[in-house]
Amino acid sequence: MAKRNEMVKETVESNNQVTDLSRSEAPSELLRELVSHLRQNRTQLREEWVVRISEARLLTAMTKEEIFAEATSVYDSYVEALETETFEALQAYARNLSERIIPRGVETHEVVGIVLLLRDVLARSLFAKYQTDFKKLNRILDAYEPAANRIANTVAVGFVQERERVIRQQQEAIRELSTPVLQVRERLLILPIIGVIDPQRARQLTEQLLRGIRTNRAKVIVIDITGVAAMDVTVANHLVQTVEASRLLGATVIVTGLSPEIAQTLVTIGVDLGKMNTVGDLQGGIEQAERLLGYKVERLAEPR
Amino acid sequence: MEVPILKQGTVLIATFQAALSDADLNQLRMGLVQQVVKFRSRAVIVDVTAMDVMDSFASRTLREIAHMIRLRGAETVIVGIQPEVAFAMVQLGLTLEDVTTALDLEEGLAYLNEKFKNTH
Repeated sequence: MAKRNEMVKETVESNNQVTDLSRSEAPSELLRELVSHLRQNRTQLREEWVVRISEARLLTAMTKEEIFAEATSVYDSYVEALETETFEALQAYARNLSERIIPRGVETHEVVGIVLLLRDVLARSLFAKYQTDFKKLNRILDAYEPAANRIANTVAVGFVQERERVIRQQQEAIRELSTPVLQVRERLLILPIIGVIDPQRARQLTEQLLRGIRTNRAKVIVIDITGVAAMDVTVANHLVQTVEASRLLGATVIVTGLSPEIAQTLVTIGVDLGKMNTVGDLQGGIEQAERLLGYKVERLAEPR
Repeated sequence: MEVPILKQGTVLIATFQAALSDADLNQLRMGLVQQVVKFRSRAVIVDVTAMDVMDSFASRTLREIAHMIRLRGAETVIVGIQPEVAFAMVQLGLTLEDVTTALDLEEGLAYLNEKFKNTH
């Protein structure tokens, strides 16, 4: 590393000697010069960056030490990406970083914010270094800006992608967990629904229920919606349709645990209450279902 | 294709084989309404297991069959509606409100046996 720095220093000197010819120097050489500058001033620039981060009140979910550690690795990856002009490593790092910090509630604007701050800190140091040579400063910035923009882009996109991946994964998990169709007795199914029902989930619920009726040869189904706080008109209509479709399969549906809000919605959309069999709570619903199926549950002894 | 009507004790059973034309449905309706009195049947079971599509005409005919059979003094049970068909029907508003339905032929027969047990 030190060797390369020396080499770069030499180039810098030679560049200074032939300032007029330097128009023709390749942007990659300028980048190399830039990188060596950033490496030499690593400690100072990194400190400055960390100070700016805490001033801007970004990454408040993390401790000072953590910010410093992350800042160090981000700084190094940043310089490396500038040097090699390959962004895969940085992308991988951004994804890895996102994986670690997303669960701690770090927001997109914070991640974008710190990368933009670093970009700013580095640009300022370039201004300071080349303030006497305006032409050179211009060319250095020409080389620096596109690369820096790409880095900012890469990190932001990496973060957002990771976030979306997490969200998709969670949605899938919820979807799988959320619609169990359980047999509690022969020919009796219960379908506990918890959480928010969107039209897509409602459709899935209906499909699973109707298929469950077929495979379990169910006669009575208790749909418990105690865990559903509210329902919009579309979903309420869908629920009514599900009840009717179940009847076409020869099964009776009992809906339990309607909240006052949902009751209000159902009344507002003018559901024919003769078609809806409703009972206050799940226990009552199961008892009613047992009566319909001809079960009689008796306690044989006092509980010990 | 004509739908065969089978006599099983006091019950008439009509099984839909595949997609039926409107003429077949009309013929089935007339056939059932005539034979239910001819054989002094107490109930009719229409099995639609094979139907994976139910249009509004078929669904309306089913309801008409049920109503006409009732006027002729017997009862109708529709059995074997597929889950997908059931939901599609409901979405089109074809809910067969006043018609008895059962999961399959076995269930339909069990329902009728239970119902007629006391009157034999």
